[in-house]
Amino acid sequence: MDREKLLMVITGVTIGALAVLLVALGNPANMGFCIACFLRDTAGGLGLHRASIVQYVRPELIGLAFGAFISAFSSKEFRSRGGSATFLRFVLGAFMMIGALVFLGCPLRDILRMGGGDLNAVVGLGGFLGGVLFGVFFLKKGFNFGAAKQEKGTSAGGYAFILIVLLIFGLLITGISFNAEAGGPLFFSKEGPGSMHAPLWVSLAAGLVVGFLAQKTRMCLSGGFRDFFLIRETGLLIAYGFIFLTVLIVNTYLGKFNLGFANQPIAHTNHLFNFLGLFLVGQTAVLLGGCPLRQIVLGSEGDMDAATTVLGMIFGAAISHNFMLAASAKGVTVFGQVAVVAGIIIVSLIAWAYREVDV
Amino acid sequence: MDILDVRGLSCPLPVLKTQKALNKGIEELQVLGSGNTAKQNVSKFAKAKGYQVEITSEINDEWQLVVRKK
Repeated sequence: MDREKLLMVITGVTIGALAVLLVALGNPANMGFCIACFLRDTAGGLGLHRASIVQYVRPELIGLAFGAFISAFSSKEFRSRGGSATFLRFVLGAFMMIGALVFLGCPLRDILRMGGGDLNAVVGLGGFLGGVLFGVFFLKKGFNFGAAKQEKGTSAGGYAFILIVLLIFGLLITGISFNAEAGGPLFFSKEGPGSMHAPLWVSLAAGLVVGFLAQKTRMCLSGGFRDFFLIRETGLLIAYGFIFLTVLIVNTYLGKFNLGFANQPIAHTNHLFNFLGLFLVGQTAVLLGGCPLRQIVLGSEGDMDAATTVLGMIFGAAISHNFMLAASAKGVTVFGQVAVVAGIIIVSLIAWAYREVDV
Repeated sequence: MDILDVRGLSCPLPVLKTQKALNKGIEELQVLGSGNTAKQNVSKFAKAKGYQVEITSEINDEWQLVVRKK
């Protein structure tokens, strides 16, 4: 096995093992890692939405950003860059989150859910794959948001993202409450998924490791499928395959593997919208150049467009809960269904408008 | 020699544009790009399609490589 494949295997096994560990130590079931859910919780923790059961500033995300930053900085890959259709990336980030919160998870959690026996996640994976292919269709038609520019003279912009993460980390560990009467911010759920979490320092350390490995390997599920379709390159898919296998084996060993559609943790059984939710995520991920995890990694290595996408995702999480678009174990709201279908159409129109003719 | 500029483009456009150019039957192509990820992806793609890849310059984050038919 060559070195690169070995790194993919090690990354997959490590992320899978950490995901199961985080659940064992307190995270919600099948949610050792979920970039969409954690951004949603963080949006709640900052008080950007009022769903009291999903509010917690997730240290995994802080660790993820730090880990990716350390990896990029030490390998001289940190570059301050941006300026490629920045506002539309914000919009697409919001739609990516709306899709993820109708499915109830990002692509990474989809794999973790499958490893727990949740068959709804298999439906979701089908949707994700469909969305990736739909996104690739626009790429082949010439879709291009244009080139980002590397900043000349200063790298200040590239550091802004990681400094904001550092500030939020400071708020988390000092425990300052800005409005004690309102109970925050930061807000912390007393019940529901937001109240379930592994100890802060364990979550942070797990995030650090995953961020480091994700930066080194360019982890991205949409990228994995894209590489496979375009050049039969299987490296990234190997990493995700080993995440799945590790989670599957450990869950089975712990007696937590529960095969079926019904009564899965933080999941619903609306097949059509499990499919379409991740379809929207796959489509936007291809156009944005990466899934939610990859956007955080890129943002941490100085990509200001990706950092804006992350802000768009946080905004998408906030409106998902404020406008009742987000699904729950009870199912998908009518608002959520309309938003996903509208999202697929709007994202397609944007992609069509941004095609280069004559390439 | 044909020149293709993929500097600053997000993933996977550098690879797709290289693919489009090579599919036109270009035998020797100079690709200008930025970032390690794009460099690795373009090189891997061209090698997988049976081309020779030679990195001709790398300054800071920007690189140039030449893809030749074997």
